[in-house]
Amino acid sequence: MRDKTVLELLQARGVSRRGFLKFCATTASLLALPPSAAAAIAETLGKTRRPSVIWLSFQECTGCTESLTRAHLPTIESLIFDAISLDYHHTLQAASGSAAEAAREEAMKAAWGQYVLVVDGSIPLGEQGYYSAIAGVSNLEMLKETAAGAAAIINMGTCAAYGGIPQANPNPTGAVPVSAIIKDKPIVNVPGCPPIPVVMTSVVAHYLTFGAVPELDHLGRPKSFYGDTIHDRCYRRPFYDQGKFATSFDDEGARNGWCLYQLGCKGPTTYNACATVKWNDGTSFPIQSGHGCIGCSEPNFWDKGSFYQPLSAGIWGDRQATLGTAAVAGAAVGAVAAASTRIRQQHASEEK
Amino acid sequence: MDLIDFARGPALQWSLALFIFGIAWRLIGVLLLHRKVDHSLPRHQDTTMGGVRLIFSRMWPKPEFRQSNAVHYALSYTFHIGLFIVIFLFRPHMLFIRDLTGLSWPTLPSGFVYVIGAMTLATLVAMLVRRMSHPVLKMISNFDDYFSWAVTALPVATGLLAVSHLGARYETLLALHILSVCLLLVWFPFGKLMHATLFVISRGTTGALFERKGAST
Repeated sequence: MRDKTVLELLQARGVSRRGFLKFCATTASLLALPPSAAAAIAETLGKTRRPSVIWLSFQECTGCTESLTRAHLPTIESLIFDAISLDYHHTLQAASGSAAEAAREEAMKAAWGQYVLVVDGSIPLGEQGYYSAIAGVSNLEMLKETAAGAAAIINMGTCAAYGGIPQANPNPTGAVPVSAIIKDKPIVNVPGCPPIPVVMTSVVAHYLTFGAVPELDHLGRPKSFYGDTIHDRCYRRPFYDQGKFATSFDDEGARNGWCLYQLGCKGPTTYNACATVKWNDGTSFPIQSGHGCIGCSEPNFWDKGSFYQPLSAGIWGDRQATLGTAAVAGAAVGAVAAASTRIRQQHASEEK
Repeated sequence: MDLIDFARGPALQWSLALFIFGIAWRLIGVLLLHRKVDHSLPRHQDTTMGGVRLIFSRMWPKPEFRQSNAVHYALSYTFHIGLFIVIFLFRPHMLFIRDLTGLSWPTLPSGFVYVIGAMTLATLVAMLVRRMSHPVLKMISNFDDYFSWAVTALPVATGLLAVSHLGARYETLLALHILSVCLLLVWFPFGKLMHATLFVISRGTTGALFERKGAST
């Protein structure tokens, strides 16, 4: 099966050539590539031998895997994943225990230097890395070992990309992202909690077609998907400009679909494709469902204050104590200054 | 901690603390100053209304100076009203104050506030040009005048850049906007910007004094 091309595998699964070309055109469009790139993607993917992918899950909640597998229809994207040789994924694979680990080692050996490594979850460094281990091997050790033979690494989800929730204050396990450990491989971050499935497949398609990772932003994310803020692409944006805001989740503004800025929406500072690509086959995304963006594709999103606090509000702890102390201290200094002036004035008048 | 978190967190907290410290210092310092006892017979016993009246009457130009200072008045009114609208009637700004004080009020459409912001900035630039080109104004201007102008203009300029996404990514511009506000807050109590609060005391005191003497307020 490994010797068959992606196109042959898809055709065996009942995907027509037209459907395959449609996928290639959509992928080119999503990646902001010129129309001619669709043909290149089709040609390359059609000829590509089943690529080997090793998927490592570390400190995570399996939400990223759920995101990819919970499509309500067998989409072309999911078939593309079927066509990929997913040689190791401890949630999806049938094998367990030592057999599963043997499969990983075999896959690494068979495609050394060529396989794509997908990582979801952060890596704990505390207690010599043994806060999380698989078959007695710490996440840290497994990542180093597997990354050594990878052609490229795709960090799936915010935990692998930026540390995510495990890294949130107080970070008890000393969690770090993949990029803090692996420095010598091309790394693509596909953040999100969870990320959008089509982003993942497009990144894989890009890598297979061009043999390189797509153009990335300063946080290692594909620019084509993470180039704009949610706010700029949000269908509720005109309400922001008109000054129409929902002030609670059940007021007239909320029912009218007005802007959720006042309810804590982090769309203005969050870069992702949720507002354009959407979820569940383009059905909806959190803002469309009535909840503000929580900024899950940004680093440290969990530690940026309440999800329900407007973006323009400050992030600080005990502000009443700080500001109250400042007021009392200022009043005391002012009183001392006034008393000192009074004494000076009295001395001056006595001298006269 | 990235720049936006620093701006929204420690920078804003400490600049606000310094702002409140400075305001309390200056106000208490002025209010507790010794006042000379006036032994003359007062024309009016109750001088409160005289003080209040002068606070407002001095906001409107005297007829004698209207023509000669027309440009100055026009620029000053536009800038002050514009700044008021931008600071208090833009929803994100109101939400910032609500988060601090619990107070809230209706606001204007964001698009309208952008236009007012641009007008305010243009007026600020015109006022600077006038200050630098007018021989008398230029002579009496010092560091405080120019620095106070800069810390007032910067938040308006960075705010406009942020909403139009010009020059950098939005979160960077937003951070710079907040940091420029922090600079304004720190400078406010210690420079000429303090007139925004002291004008009430100085005019009120003068008005009360005039009322006592029976002079026009």
